[in-house]
Amino acid sequence: MLSSLTIAQAHERLKNKSLSAVELARSCIERIESVDTSLNAVVHRNFDRALEEAKKADKKGTFDHPLAGIPYLAKDVFCEEGVPTTACSNILKDKDFIPPFDSTTTKRLKEKSAVSLGKTNTDEFTMGASTETSCYGVTKNPWDRTRVAGGSSGGSAAAVAADECLFALGTDTGGSIRQPAGFCGCTGLKVTYGRTSRYGVLSMASSLDSIGVLTKTVEDAAIVLGAIAGKDPLDATTGGMPVPDYTQTLRKGVKGMKIGLPKEYFIKGMDPQVETAVRAAAKVYVSLGATIVDVSLPHSPYAIATYYVIVPSEVSSNMARYDGVRFGHTVPERDSLIEYYERVRSSGFGDEVKRRIMIGTYALSAGYYDAYYRQAQKVRTLIKHDFEQAFENVDCLLAPVAPTPAFKIGAHTGDPVQMYLEDIFTAPVNLAGIPGLSIPCGFSKTVTPSGVGELPVGMQLLGPQWGEEVILRAGYAYEQATEWHNKRPTLS
Amino acid sequence: MSLTPTQVRHIAKLARLTLSDSEVEKFSRELTQILDYIEKLKEVKTEGVEPMSQITGLGNVTRADGIAECPATTEALLAVSPLPIVDQQIETPSALG
Repeated sequence: MLSSLTIAQAHERLKNKSLSAVELARSCIERIESVDTSLNAVVHRNFDRALEEAKKADKKGTFDHPLAGIPYLAKDVFCEEGVPTTACSNILKDKDFIPPFDSTTTKRLKEKSAVSLGKTNTDEFTMGASTETSCYGVTKNPWDRTRVAGGSSGGSAAAVAADECLFALGTDTGGSIRQPAGFCGCTGLKVTYGRTSRYGVLSMASSLDSIGVLTKTVEDAAIVLGAIAGKDPLDATTGGMPVPDYTQTLRKGVKGMKIGLPKEYFIKGMDPQVETAVRAAAKVYVSLGATIVDVSLPHSPYAIATYYVIVPSEVSSNMARYDGVRFGHTVPERDSLIEYYERVRSSGFGDEVKRRIMIGTYALSAGYYDAYYRQAQKVRTLIKHDFEQAFENVDCLLAPVAPTPAFKIGAHTGDPVQMYLEDIFTAPVNLAGIPGLSIPCGFSKTVTPSGVGELPVGMQLLGPQWGEEVILRAGYAYEQATEWHNKRPTLS
Repeated sequence: MSLTPTQVRHIAKLARLTLSDSEVEKFSRELTQILDYIEKLKEVKTEGVEPMSQITGLGNVTRADGIAECPATTEALLAVSPLPIVDQQIETPSALG
């Protein structure tokens, strides 16, 4: 099946003309048409335009850039000119918001002649860890359809794992790329805050949101990152740091590298099979010539509390723009403006968005600001400092992505705090603004409807600020020494 | 720390949301649970710690004060509004009620 190729493999074949971009796009489209009814990963299909773009790439025929003619899917928060972008929320779905402009990321991909197939499912405005808050319904895990694909970029992760595309775009505010990549057994890269532009991507929490990618291999992640990274005048938080050719340093190996295992990421109550898989990965690194050392990130236990003050505060501000005036959902009652706003927002937003707006409104209100928001920003400083200290002694960190493999659909929907704790190993990374790479490191045996099955287990490599090169290099070395990333779910 | 139904109604009003009685009951319970969890932050000693204002380490970011082209036209931006368009403006319900 052509859609199961990696970017690197497909590029080689496009270049030597043993494959056309149209054939490749058709293969992804056929795959989506045959498996997505049971997965629900793709929410907007853009197939006619995809085939036109593929035709154009074939006509040009040079395939100079590794992404030329490569079909991809974008999470439903990336504005793409002419394609519905709804953040999987009724507040934008009612009159499908069709943006008249491109996000910087999709624009950069377009310039490289990558082929956009459509949009993937996400939790409403990326608020969740399971895609269960999407107005289009949950995305099912390709390995076990009674379980979630993770979230919020669950649609992107399931689509990559199920070979519905060659790569997918995602966003990661507290783990939303890494956790679904871990749950679905694909590669997920969360970049340093400021490495990629957020322009044209619907915001959740602006000081934490980062734009990244889900792929089948580490090499593919390096290829896409090279194409989308770098300064953008439309997002002032993109630093002027040079963008290296990430594919050049991939193969340097890990000999002499020092990798830290943070003790706070191996906690009571986590699935023992997850711990075993990550510790076994550490042994693989030793066999490749790296040194493993124990490190401590002492403020880790406060990360989720910090995160769930800062995120709702920023959410309460960012969601203010959805008022039924410039875009999206409307109501017929139009007697007074304030009541109109209230009716539109109350009928358009789902419960998790309302919870976050209200927590944020409360935390920022007079009299509570110091106790919540200001205290959270101080703890955020301490969490960042923990990582800085650790990186004085190690090149990167190795940790599990989540305490368990994919959980059952509905398992946490009645308990918001339990759902928040899903981000326990991922959210600290966003608070510190550093990069993280999630890759498959084993399988956990579990009971499925058809007997005993296997669920992917993910590990994450964390690097210092702007240190994507080191984690990609470490990830690539591991991938070369193992076979986990080649395993695919069986789908009919 | 617990949020009373009256407080929840007040917060919802500030956030331009209206809630039904059953929603007020549900959110009072859930928001209280969340706030209880967040209370954990009080344990952390933060005397003398600077609150984080930004993570990138960038200083002031400025640009030339020039005219830039907008990627979308006025018509295209107005076309996505769900409200009536009159003289290139969106007609909203009256702010005076």
